[in-house]
Amino acid sequence: MAKGWLKAALGIFFAGAVCLSAAAQDLTVGLGANVTSIDPHFHNLSPNSSVAAHIFDRLIHQDEKQRLVPGLATEWKAIDATTWEFKLRQGVKFHDGSEFTAEDVVATLKRVPWVPNSPSSFSIYTRAITETIVVDPHTIRFKTKEPYPLLPVDLSTINIVSRKHEQSPTGDFNGGKAAIGTGPFRFVEYVPGDRIVLTRNNDYWGDKPHWQKVTLKLITNGAARVNALLAGDVQIIDQVPTVDIAKLKTNADINLSRIVSNRLIYLHVDSFRDQSPFVTDKAGAVLPNNPLKDRRVRLAISKAINRQAIVERIMDGEAIPAGGLLPEGFFGASPKLKAEPFDPEGAKKLLTEAGYPNGFGLTLHGPNDRYPNDEKIIQAIGPMLSRVGIDTKVVSLPWATFASQSSAPTYAFSLMLVGWGSGTGEVSSPLRSLIATVGPGRGASNRGRYSNPKVDSLLQEALNTVDDEKREKLLQEASEVAMADQAIIPLHYQVNVWATRKGLSYTPRADEYTLAHFVRPAS
Amino acid sequence: MTVFIIRRVMQSILVLFVMSLLVFVGVYAIGNPVEIFVAADADQAERARVIAALGLDKPLWEQYLLFIRNAVMGDLGKSFVFNQPALGLILQRMPATLELAFTAMVIALALGIPLGMYAGFRPQSRIAKAIMAGSILGFSLPTFWVGLMLIMVFAVELGWLPSTGRGATAEVFGIETSLATWDGLSHVLLPALNLALFKLSLVIRLTRAGMRENMLMDYVKFARAKGLTMRRVVFVHVLKNIMIPIVTVVGLELGSVIAFAVVTETVFAWPGMGKLIIDSINNLDRPVIVAYMLITVTMFIVINLVVDVLYSVLDPRVRLADMKG
Amino acid sequence: MATVIERDGIEVVPAAPAEAPFRRFVAEFAESRLAVVALVVLAMIIVAALAAPLISPQDPYDLNQLDILDGRLPPGAESAAGFTFWLGSDDQGRDMLSAILYGLRISLGVGVMSAVIAVLIGTAAGLAAAYFGGRIDTLIMRIVDIQLSFPAILVALILLAVLGQGTGKIIVALVTVQWAYYARTVRGTALVERGKEYVEAARCLALGHGRILFRHLLPNCLPPLIVVATVQVAHAIALEATLSFLGIGLPITEPSLGLLIANGYEYMMSGKYWISFFPGVALLITIVSINLVGDQLRDVLNPRLRK
Repeated sequence: MAKGWLKAALGIFFAGAVCLSAAAQDLTVGLGANVTSIDPHFHNLSPNSSVAAHIFDRLIHQDEKQRLVPGLATEWKAIDATTWEFKLRQGVKFHDGSEFTAEDVVATLKRVPWVPNSPSSFSIYTRAITETIVVDPHTIRFKTKEPYPLLPVDLSTINIVSRKHEQSPTGDFNGGKAAIGTGPFRFVEYVPGDRIVLTRNNDYWGDKPHWQKVTLKLITNGAARVNALLAGDVQIIDQVPTVDIAKLKTNADINLSRIVSNRLIYLHVDSFRDQSPFVTDKAGAVLPNNPLKDRRVRLAISKAINRQAIVERIMDGEAIPAGGLLPEGFFGASPKLKAEPFDPEGAKKLLTEAGYPNGFGLTLHGPNDRYPNDEKIIQAIGPMLSRVGIDTKVVSLPWATFASQSSAPTYAFSLMLVGWGSGTGEVSSPLRSLIATVGPGRGASNRGRYSNPKVDSLLQEALNTVDDEKREKLLQEASEVAMADQAIIPLHYQVNVWATRKGLSYTPRADEYTLAHFVRPAS
Repeated sequence: MTVFIIRRVMQSILVLFVMSLLVFVGVYAIGNPVEIFVAADADQAERARVIAALGLDKPLWEQYLLFIRNAVMGDLGKSFVFNQPALGLILQRMPATLELAFTAMVIALALGIPLGMYAGFRPQSRIAKAIMAGSILGFSLPTFWVGLMLIMVFAVELGWLPSTGRGATAEVFGIETSLATWDGLSHVLLPALNLALFKLSLVIRLTRAGMRENMLMDYVKFARAKGLTMRRVVFVHVLKNIMIPIVTVVGLELGSVIAFAVVTETVFAWPGMGKLIIDSINNLDRPVIVAYMLITVTMFIVINLVVDVLYSVLDPRVRLADMKG
Repeated sequence: MATVIERDGIEVVPAAPAEAPFRRFVAEFAESRLAVVALVVLAMIIVAALAAPLISPQDPYDLNQLDILDGRLPPGAESAAGFTFWLGSDDQGRDMLSAILYGLRISLGVGVMSAVIAVLIGTAAGLAAAYFGGRIDTLIMRIVDIQLSFPAILVALILLAVLGQGTGKIIVALVTVQWAYYARTVRGTALVERGKEYVEAARCLALGHGRILFRHLLPNCLPPLIVVATVQVAHAIALEATLSFLGIGLPITEPSLGLLIANGYEYMMSGKYWISFFPGVALLITIVSINLVGDQLRDVLNPRLRK
């Protein structure tokens, strides 16, 4: 009994001491997304990768605009059509003191497809490699079956683990035993659903982070996250809710940093079925012919949408009206693709031309917990379409239901709002998944089952072209053809916003990662 | 008594069995989990691999039988998204939730019974009317909204208490709890108050109703006539009679407090089971959902049993033998 | 009732006033001026809710009348079309006054409907369990246990996920999570009542089951039932709001008061208080008046409080 009280008293004392010692070298981050594991190969999920980027390095890193920069590899080139050679950085040490060599890369590539029970594997980025050849401890070659220009991009998603942990299960990473990387921070503690604690790696090969101790707190509720920042409990938050931005802007204690993201919000259109379940006449009976198969009707929908109003009124200015698949500046994004201007008269004219002078009935589906303001956007689009004659009902669903109903094999909806973030930062990613004809390795997220042989062949050619310049041209052409055909109806590109306490600055990133080593005292 | 308890346990096993089936089928009906946790750029081959790796390619009845077989041996399956045993995952979060629920209940009872007794004892006084008006406010406002208001006032505007999260923990009698540190207490206060508000109103109303009824009863008059002081009559005799409905309700409400912690934990980023279950539902992480249900149901069955036993202790007219289990 | 007492010469606690029941009931109810005021307010709210389509300036459910360019205007502002938003507009350009009137309709409808159905089911089950005992009791109470062991939010969540969104569906969900509550409350009280002499006496007289149940047991179970029911109507409305907060309640295009609050709460911090505040006030007034009326009803109906 007495012992218990003593312990309690000591606990109180200790807690007090911790509070006092919270020095300027400590950083607490409020993260908006849930992290499911410390194992960098377990779950291909952006928040996990963002956390892993503190502890581990990749061969190639992506900078804040998702351009490739040297990581554990100092240089890389294709030595012939199907062989890539990577030179590895010398003198890099893992957190356990062992030296980083090509063997660690080999072990990592073996581990990626091996991880048991992975709910989403990184092997989609490594399976193009048919053979790995260690030339010397700091030179490694990868063979592919076909010319594979995306290999450097793909490898920029793979975190390198120590060869000692090739067979370590996910639990060992979560517990810390195997969470040994070469990254700027060392692992201290992971409490699922609550926090991740890290400490500075003083032997880091790159720029040393400013912070001695970093706590990544998981605060998934947007308002709670903003409150934690305002109360000073955290020094930086990501995914700032758009409604709070105006107020935070005027707050002298808060700095905001923003960058246009790789995430496109768009409408997917059922342009496949002859009868689409939610395309009806005005009385509600399913139409015998699906008007959405007609390019003019899709264009009319696009013209009926006032993107500028959505951006200003619903996204509070934190978005950019979109006309393509990725914003300008990303690899393969066509500068020719501009957002469709708001033109309700033009929309009505097109509908008349297509044989629907009085419009028709339609239901627009969308998630309500997935993208910023998702259900508000579809609610705003409803009246816009109704005004040109397409009587639109709006239905929002939780992502858990929406995701499975909207995709294969159900394809339950006719017109739906979805988003796409290009993790690889180049345009082949949305072309391959959203627009290419559904088939092996293609169109896995093509919820409208759009199909255009011209786009398919341009994409195929691009994916086999190693020369960057030629490939970029092909990708641009493919997206121009697809967008001219209204394969999808783009709405806007999101802007990623971080908010920090005054005196700190963050280098905003297009890939939505929140990295403590990029949080610095403002100069 | 023993026969009664054994019977209850047997029935409880049946309840658990039926429940697991319902939840299993229910979660299956919501959607296909693979669409949620697979990376967006994964192709069909990768999706097929995930489905096979998680055993979702088997027919539902086969998945269920497999689950039952493992459950009998104490294995409730591994979380799809965390790849940790679902049971362990929940037990890991349980102390945080219990701590929150416990604090909320203590707040509700410690404030609710005295306030309710006063309101019932002097129903016409201004204070009593103020208490009742307050209790109406308590359950009029949605929990999530009150939570956000509490944060806005006490954390953001006044800066008295931390806005979110759980504080430092310390070990007391072998249990890791944040209730043993100042930091922890300061963190638990707002969420517990938020969670307690609804129960507080309920306790006040029940106590007041019981108080008013009992004060008019003959035994009170007899007791007073016998020369007992009002204080003794109220705090010994009346209180004991009031406790019956309160014990029932508190027992019943403990389960609902734990469930409603879902909302409070979301608003306050409290790392408990409630937040885990909401995340798991959003992810359709079936093993965790099923395990969570089984654990809460077990807890609830135990609570009910305790309530029934307490009932018979407090009110001799209700005998366990009558209840036939 | 009264004749029964006289004829049988047995002291049975009467459940309803013996002479001129209705007039006496009204007189007792009117003893509290506050309750009368609440009743008037509640009546006005109900009339406003029923007449919403006639009296509201805009049809907030007709998406064609909305324009996001009119969104988030403060109270008193005018829309582009010259329409005045007396209580401001929400982010979709919906007139808050109209939205509140329509929202009242839905919230009240959902709350009352679900409570009434749940009370009927729950009371019947609870009385049957307490009165008959034995296997019936065991069976019913096990079902109640199963029901109560599902956290309300989780049941509603799974039900709505399976059923989809909609007013009817949310009522089903709310009834499902509430009926067991009444059953347990009624059974608990009835169990105590059953042991009392008057029931034994009634049984000795070989009165029918129905008669004993509904004329003797039920009236005595009413006071706690009314306490719980008034709490539960409010609870149902709040639960519906919470479900909406979690994104699975009513369709966003036809918001209830709870959904209006949920939609507006995120604007509270950025100073656009009216989107959440006015629906909150409407909800508060509604629930407070329901409860004040309920309180008084309880005092009037409770035979043991009568001097």
